[in-house]
Amino acid sequence: MPTLALSVSDLSKNYGGQRAVSHATFEVPFGTICGFVGPNGSGKTTTLRMLLGLITPTGGNAQVLGEPISHPERYLDRVGAMIEGPAFYPALSGAENLKFLATLGGLSTDRVQGLLERVGLGDRAKSKYKTYSLGMKQRLGIAAALLPNPQLLLLDEPTNGLDPAGIQEIRELLRSLADEGTTVFLSSHLLSEIEMISDSLVMLRNGEVIFAGRTQDLLLRQQPTILAKSADPKDLPRLLEIAQNAGHEGSIHGDVAHILGPTEWAVTLNKLAFDSGIILAQLAPVLPTLEETFFEMTEEIP
Amino acid sequence: MIHVILAEWRKLRRPTLFLGSMAAVIAVTALVTSLLFLLIDSAQGNSREGQIVTRASLGLPHGITVGFSGSAGLLGLVALCVFASQTAQEYTYGTLRNLLVRQPRRLTLLLGKFLAMNLFALISVIFSAIVSVSLAYALSGKARVSTAAWSTTDARVSLMHTFINVFISVIAFGTIGMILGLLLRSPISSISIGVGWLLVVESLIAVTVKKSGKWMPGQLINSIAAGGDFNANYSHAVLVLSAYLTVGVIVVSVLFRRRDVSN
Repeated sequence: MPTLALSVSDLSKNYGGQRAVSHATFEVPFGTICGFVGPNGSGKTTTLRMLLGLITPTGGNAQVLGEPISHPERYLDRVGAMIEGPAFYPALSGAENLKFLATLGGLSTDRVQGLLERVGLGDRAKSKYKTYSLGMKQRLGIAAALLPNPQLLLLDEPTNGLDPAGIQEIRELLRSLADEGTTVFLSSHLLSEIEMISDSLVMLRNGEVIFAGRTQDLLLRQQPTILAKSADPKDLPRLLEIAQNAGHEGSIHGDVAHILGPTEWAVTLNKLAFDSGIILAQLAPVLPTLEETFFEMTEEIP
Repeated sequence: MIHVILAEWRKLRRPTLFLGSMAAVIAVTALVTSLLFLLIDSAQGNSREGQIVTRASLGLPHGITVGFSGSAGLLGLVALCVFASQTAQEYTYGTLRNLLVRQPRRLTLLLGKFLAMNLFALISVIFSAIVSVSLAYALSGKARVSTAAWSTTDARVSLMHTFINVFISVIAFGTIGMILGLLLRSPISSISIGVGWLLVVESLIAVTVKKSGKWMPGQLINSIAAGGDFNANYSHAVLVLSAYLTVGVIVVSVLFRRRDVSN
């Protein structure tokens, strides 16, 4: 029994002379939710297509559920996927579309109604796909991915088009699936969602993996900010000077000083300010969000 | 394989496609058979390309099958449209990636789809045969055609041979449709190019180039449906058409197996 749901090593894909994915290497353990993030065109969908055997890599290798991606027939019966958005037959109902896919995969059609109810489409099961809203199409795509009762779910932007309540429902659904042992590999532009739900993260930029590991480790690697507000706003420049003298850069935004420094240095700053006669009304160490980290890491290097 | 056939059948049996196609099949068969009997005395002819099928000829054992075999070309066009659209729409709807996730063996997927569509074609040919034979009996009195020879063993053998030939011709049209669908990846392009070639281009070539019918796929298919005709004898038609279709099938199978599914 392999311990990794996904093991990607040196995987590359070129289209003509253009590099789409370059020497990607990362691992995803079983039973976890792994976020897959990167700007548009960074190679996320190309990577997912390679993992599903839809396109052949130019170089490198990868294993899905312990099987090489050169033999997708060995693992796809245990994989659920939705990539590049949902795609179904417009003239068939949601239920008929799922029954079609279940039959194709040699799966029981008995689960179809239950899955439609699980994604909130139970009452629209018999409506034609072409009458669905974008959010409903997305939900149907997720239901289709769940058809084989998968050990691994590969989802590309699953919350695209969903309202906030829908996003929360899908987040809870994915969390419950992970709790049941399903590994979820999830690409999304909603970084706040990824931050909330994922145990680990793979970040791509220009086809290269720039981070692969625990989400928390990535955030801790970034410099936290201490937000300080003085009782008298006129003291802020002096507070900044105190911080700079101690080796911490900062800036003033409105009536708040943003000072770069580790969380524990907030106590020292408070003491230094007090010794200088500055009364602080508020002092809050803040970790950077995934979104801030993402923009910092994926910024084009001139 | 059986899963692919059953899944594809789920799509093909939906009422709008199934009933619509069968209605088209019944309509073209009824039209061709009716004209054969109702225009029997017309100087303009009562069959394909203005040919005259006489009362005496229709009264022979094979007379019961003339309307049926004459419908083969139009049945084939219906098959071409169905095979082409059902294949190419997987690309336009983007559903091919779903199919390949559930059935990664690409040639199995392709063959399963083809066999399911053959079943669809078989049902359409059965409908056509029933309608044509029924109408032939119904209109024989009005056209003063003797039906005495139609209930002989020779007539039954002739009907069986015609059924097989029409089925082969319909499958050949369908295969061309599927090949075009896989090559062009667009239902509209594959249907318009397929129908345009078979109806317009081949007719123009036939008019301008002598004996070209011996080598034109559409003409050869019609020759097979008729059990051999003035264009080509049966064995020549089967041989040349088989060569064309084999090359086409090999090319699209290799392409389908190797091509990246990027949409």
